[in-house]
Amino acid sequence: MKHLLSAGDLSRDEAVLILDTAEQLLSVAQRPIKKLPTLRGRTIVNLFFEDSTRTRISFEAAAKRLSADVINFSAKGSSVSKGESLKDTALTLQAMGADAVVIRHHASGAPHRLATSEWTKGAVVNAGDGTHEHPTQALLDAFTMRSRLGDLAGKNVTIVGDVLHSRVARSNALLLDTLGANVTLVAPPTLLPVGVETWPVETSYDLDASLEKADAVMMLRVQRERMNASFFPSAREYSRRYGLDVARMNRLPDHAIVLHPGPMNRGMEINADVADSDRSVIVEQVTNGVAVRMAVLYLLLGGATEGETA
Amino acid sequence: MSTVIKGARILGGEATDLLIEDGVIMQIGADLTGDETVDATGLIALPGLVDLHTHLREPGREDAETVLTGTQAAARGGFTCVFAMANTEPVADTAGVVEQVWRLGREHGYADVQPIGAVTVGLAGERLAELGAMADSAAQVRVFSDDGKCVSDAVLMRRALEYVKAFDGVIAQHAQEPRLTEGAQMNEGPLSGELGLTGWPAVAEEAIIARDVLLAEHVGSRLHVCHLSTRGSVEIVRWAKSRGIDVTAEVTPHHLLLDDELVRSYDPIYKVNPPLRSKDDVLAVREGLADGTIDIVATDHAPHPMEDKECEWQAAAFGMIGLETALSIVQQTMVDTGALTWERVAEVMSANPARIGRATTHGRPLAVGEPAHVVLYDPTAKRTIEPADTASLSRNTPYAGRELPGRVVATFLAGKPTVLEGKLQ
Repeated sequence: MKHLLSAGDLSRDEAVLILDTAEQLLSVAQRPIKKLPTLRGRTIVNLFFEDSTRTRISFEAAAKRLSADVINFSAKGSSVSKGESLKDTALTLQAMGADAVVIRHHASGAPHRLATSEWTKGAVVNAGDGTHEHPTQALLDAFTMRSRLGDLAGKNVTIVGDVLHSRVARSNALLLDTLGANVTLVAPPTLLPVGVETWPVETSYDLDASLEKADAVMMLRVQRERMNASFFPSAREYSRRYGLDVARMNRLPDHAIVLHPGPMNRGMEINADVADSDRSVIVEQVTNGVAVRMAVLYLLLGGATEGETA
Repeated sequence: MSTVIKGARILGGEATDLLIEDGVIMQIGADLTGDETVDATGLIALPGLVDLHTHLREPGREDAETVLTGTQAAARGGFTCVFAMANTEPVADTAGVVEQVWRLGREHGYADVQPIGAVTVGLAGERLAELGAMADSAAQVRVFSDDGKCVSDAVLMRRALEYVKAFDGVIAQHAQEPRLTEGAQMNEGPLSGELGLTGWPAVAEEAIIARDVLLAEHVGSRLHVCHLSTRGSVEIVRWAKSRGIDVTAEVTPHHLLLDDELVRSYDPIYKVNPPLRSKDDVLAVREGLADGTIDIVATDHAPHPMEDKECEWQAAAFGMIGLETALSIVQQTMVDTGALTWERVAEVMSANPARIGRATTHGRPLAVGEPAHVVLYDPTAKRTIEPADTASLSRNTPYAGRELPGRVVATFLAGKPTVLEGKLQ
């Protein structure tokens, strides 16, 4: 594994290795000194063309706990806002000796572009690209589900909301399929992409119908601006038909958990009482995110010497 | 001074000689002699190609292409006449701009440049440009197009179709329903969903073509459909022709060869408008070209500087260059597959586009007394496309590294060689 661009690129063995490694690394977070020397002397750049404090600090914490040097490069207030291209930014970072680039970009495929160009030689980690993918989110979701539900083979996972614009949904559908789970995507027809029938998932327009067999329910963030583009009539109607409220939560099996990639729109796709309930693993997802990203960086960079990132 | 072309196979037929003098084909037959001799043994002679859809970028974007470099690329591709699209800066929406472009073409002498006039002022889609003034100018504009943008307003389209009847004009429509394609990046289908790129649905093209053929029927006007790209579009045009509607249609070489799987690379060299479509659409446009539903192949040669392609997909410009590869791609997709004869290639790449654009001295048969616009082509050659090997100022070819059949050996514009032995003169 040279890069992590798509959750679909991971074989079952590779995915399980990342999750198992993350499990070992999670214990580091419980120590008084939360640091391993593994990536000492390696440089990891967080290249963020899109605001995302949560994901950035998660990657930053992961890199620092592995003793890597971290450079945060945010598009705002940088040369990018003066019109510097992705290519020139990448060449600059390469000249500074980046061993890995963690990239968040508003354009789908930007990490892919970086990885397949000659602009950078380091490992590229996709930290979310446009409406394409967010593989480390899917890994931390799988990690969280596995720690609560056990092996994911045969488990039923329902993902609800704006699948069309969601990189989280794409990565989760691919990874969960690799891990043997059964995925059901639930959304109004306007928020399912054309061609979703070719995905390794089931789809439904009816949230209530898929609750009783669900082992996990993942609620996707719905951006309010979708309302103005006629994807659904109003926030209230969306919430009534596709929001997870207490009544719906109570119809889940006892062991079922509720996930959300954050940031949440409380009162829109998820009710506040649900978000704060015992079933909610939303805070755990954040904790696990650091461990999973440590595992990814460790496996991409660990052990290899300068210039030969295996 | 006279030139003899020795041993050329006209439209792929038997080898013969052509004697050219004063820009005219004077004799065709065996053992002709002249002041100069061009050996064409084994080469096919076709009438000079005519491209109804070229972006020359001048005025305004001389960093991407000029009339000089664009027509040099045209000559290397076997073209003797190119129709220059109106989306320059300033837009070719006045007699002044179209005359400038037309004159530059004449001065450089690599291909006749026939400017296309904008349908609406500034391509803004709000009010008609002075179509009559452009028609009456020295450039004698007959083709009008807002290409790059669709004349989406139905009333404006109707009026344009009606108005140009006064001077035998034609509206060449870039069929793209704007609301259905806001932010569109690639063909809408399973792959756009997978790649997370906003879809450009086939219906956005087909709905406009359907509306426009009905409008053309209603007002009794001539309509030309630019760069048609989907199976549905082919079917609508086929239906319209069966009803006797005066519609013509074009397909680009890239839509004959490439499909949307290439977008998987996220390399914007494959970003084009209309987008590369599915494999089934590729088969449909080939069938449409073979059965005459589609009248012509036009390049939509769209030069862009490197920085507009060396970036993330979403930020990249739409378009690819194509003048120097067009004939090879038509050979590969249509001739070598048995779908078209060389005679039919001469129709779809020379006679038909000249007729649609009313370029009266072009697209003529290779016969005694006709203008000596000739291309000599070696269909047995193979070449691997190297982006830097182009006369164009731009390098945005999607065929880099591909082996294509055939090579233009010589091009004659009114008897004067613009290309000999594959080299610009």
